[in-house]
Amino acid sequence: MTLDTRQHPSTDQASQWRLMWWAFRRHRLAVFGLFLVALLYFIAAFAEVLAPYDPDQSNARAINHPPQALHLIKATPDGGWTIQPHVIGMALKRDPITLATTFTADPARTVDITLFGKGTPVKMWGLFTIERRLLAAKVPGERFYLIGADRLGRDMLSRIIAGTRISMSIGLIGVLMSLVLGIFLGGVSGYFGGWIDASVQRIVEFKLAMPTIPIWLGLSAALPQDWPPTWRYFAITVILSLIGWTELARVVRGRFLALRTEDFVTAARLDGCSQLRIIFRHMLPSMVSHIIASVSLAIPMMIIAETSLSFLGLGLLPPTISWGVLLKEAQNVRSIAEAPWLFSPGVAVCVAVLALNFLGDGLRDAADPYAQEGR
Amino acid sequence: MLFAYILKRLIWSIPFLFAVSLVAFALISAPPGDYVATFAATLAQSGDVVDQARLEALRERFGLDQSFLVQYWRWITGVLRGDFGISFEWQQPVADLIWERMGLSVALAAATLLFTWAIAFPIGIYSAVRKYSFGDYVISAIGFIGLSIPNFLLGLVLMYVSVVHFGHDASGLFSEQYQQAPWTWDKVVDLLKHLWVPVIILGTSSTASLIRIMRANLLDELHKPYVTTARAKGLSEMALLVKYPVRLALNPFVSTIGWAFPQLVSGSVIISYVLSLPTAGPLLLQALLAQDMYLAGAFILLLCCLSVVGMLISDILLAVIDPRIRYR
Repeated sequence: MTLDTRQHPSTDQASQWRLMWWAFRRHRLAVFGLFLVALLYFIAAFAEVLAPYDPDQSNARAINHPPQALHLIKATPDGGWTIQPHVIGMALKRDPITLATTFTADPARTVDITLFGKGTPVKMWGLFTIERRLLAAKVPGERFYLIGADRLGRDMLSRIIAGTRISMSIGLIGVLMSLVLGIFLGGVSGYFGGWIDASVQRIVEFKLAMPTIPIWLGLSAALPQDWPPTWRYFAITVILSLIGWTELARVVRGRFLALRTEDFVTAARLDGCSQLRIIFRHMLPSMVSHIIASVSLAIPMMIIAETSLSFLGLGLLPPTISWGVLLKEAQNVRSIAEAPWLFSPGVAVCVAVLALNFLGDGLRDAADPYAQEGR
Repeated sequence: MLFAYILKRLIWSIPFLFAVSLVAFALISAPPGDYVATFAATLAQSGDVVDQARLEALRERFGLDQSFLVQYWRWITGVLRGDFGISFEWQQPVADLIWERMGLSVALAAATLLFTWAIAFPIGIYSAVRKYSFGDYVISAIGFIGLSIPNFLLGLVLMYVSVVHFGHDASGLFSEQYQQAPWTWDKVVDLLKHLWVPVIILGTSSTASLIRIMRANLLDELHKPYVTTARAKGLSEMALLVKYPVRLALNPFVSTIGWAFPQLVSGSVIISYVLSLPTAGPLLLQALLAQDMYLAGAFILLLCCLSVVGMLISDILLAVIDPRIRYR
């Protein structure tokens, strides 16, 4: 790595991780990606506080309520102004003949918003009850819709935030599962070589030759429809990881094959280390960076896969909320022509995938000790 | 030598096809309850009288009371004779339902592949030769976005734009008057007029990844000594580029056909559903949701076979282009 030694006088003493961090930091987009990913997982962790409303609470008076812009400065009755976040209220009108509903802005009515105001009580992580929400109406009971509402009058913002938890975690857990499979099979294959390697490689080749989407669809269709949501969640993660492990297995095997003949491995073997110790204590640490990079590139694939499956009605099912389940509402042209804000979960998907891709790209470059400057 | 390699590769694909068919059958027989039970439930739901004797006859006919291997044997021997079983939802032989749809799926995938190549090839070369130029940055940015938007979302947005802003429905593959019409030249022209929308949607992400592959490959070659030699000997930049580095960079490009084609066919499943195209996708999905096992099985089997054939073609093409592979 051609690090600028004037900038880092201690290059020769820095640990591998420190070197990686320096290389990573120079990659602006990757740092931005890291920030976004951290933000998304933060949202996923604190979804209950960040969502203004209960994502399942429907409201007959707010069916397909359009988004309301957030205003910061409010005029006071005496002609001055104050800083008071608020939204302009909307009046519901029903056409007497077609019964179609329309919303028109009603400047006379405003809904004031405060930080950490009181909302409906909710169980945090299923452990304790909290009442405070990051954004809440000043007058309890008043409602505002920053990204609109769906066909049952449920707040889209709250639903997207609730979906972040499922969608972001399913990618992570799925990748962890395929990582275990991939490291185990790839490691065994690369370390032992011979007929074990040959047979594992045949399995990988076979797996790669299979068309993913029909297999995914077939496997998910085989899940019983009456399973409870948590079972289904885990079944879908298992299905996603069953398909995703091959790429990781290839990476791990390649690294093992390369490392097997390295001097430090031979030295460990001559010292009488057990095979398990050689694999886990000596070989694995030197490929951790590669593995992390491929993991961060595998998560977005899983997120897209979950979204697509749920969108088709074969993945997660309501009442579970994920971005894919939300996008299922945007399936036909009529409903999206009426309420384009139903697309907004799609924006969340794109942001998440893009951020993870940037992050993964940066990590891969940073983890590669042979990467040249400016390539 | 080449012939021997092709022969070896052909023989190799036979156990592959066998394993693929086994997986396909395992997939469709995985759902709990057999299809006769589902059929009986459907009949009962629509208020028909469920005739136990008829159900037994159906069970007998498809061997549903037999073990997995017996069922598989009956199915696969039927498939080899061209009999894919019966779709209980459509009450028709599966073979009558699938071929036109599979044909359209393959046509869509082939058109997308051509489109992808036609776009990715020149742009990839440009992006590598003018590295870090403004154009390269724009292409990389578009490429990243293209990679990160799920296909079906792109389809939805395009449909929304075409309906709301142009008042034109982008879904389907044929105009109304041609939908049921027999194949004529006019129908083909009509198909081509509709095909570009799904082709663009389906091709975006693979175009983006191919551009990146082409760019990376070419960047590896551009700084090698033979390029400098050719330049020193006075070859024009264009001739030099096309004659040497591009040819070498094409090598990994070709190896992507193997997975690109089947990936396109299977990727089109979701897009076809969104745009309601008369290809294999929507019917497969419907069959899976209704547990119409023979119909779903036929599609999954055929899509898997396409993948195996795609791998075969790419391996053979690679062997033709690069002599080193034949001797491995």
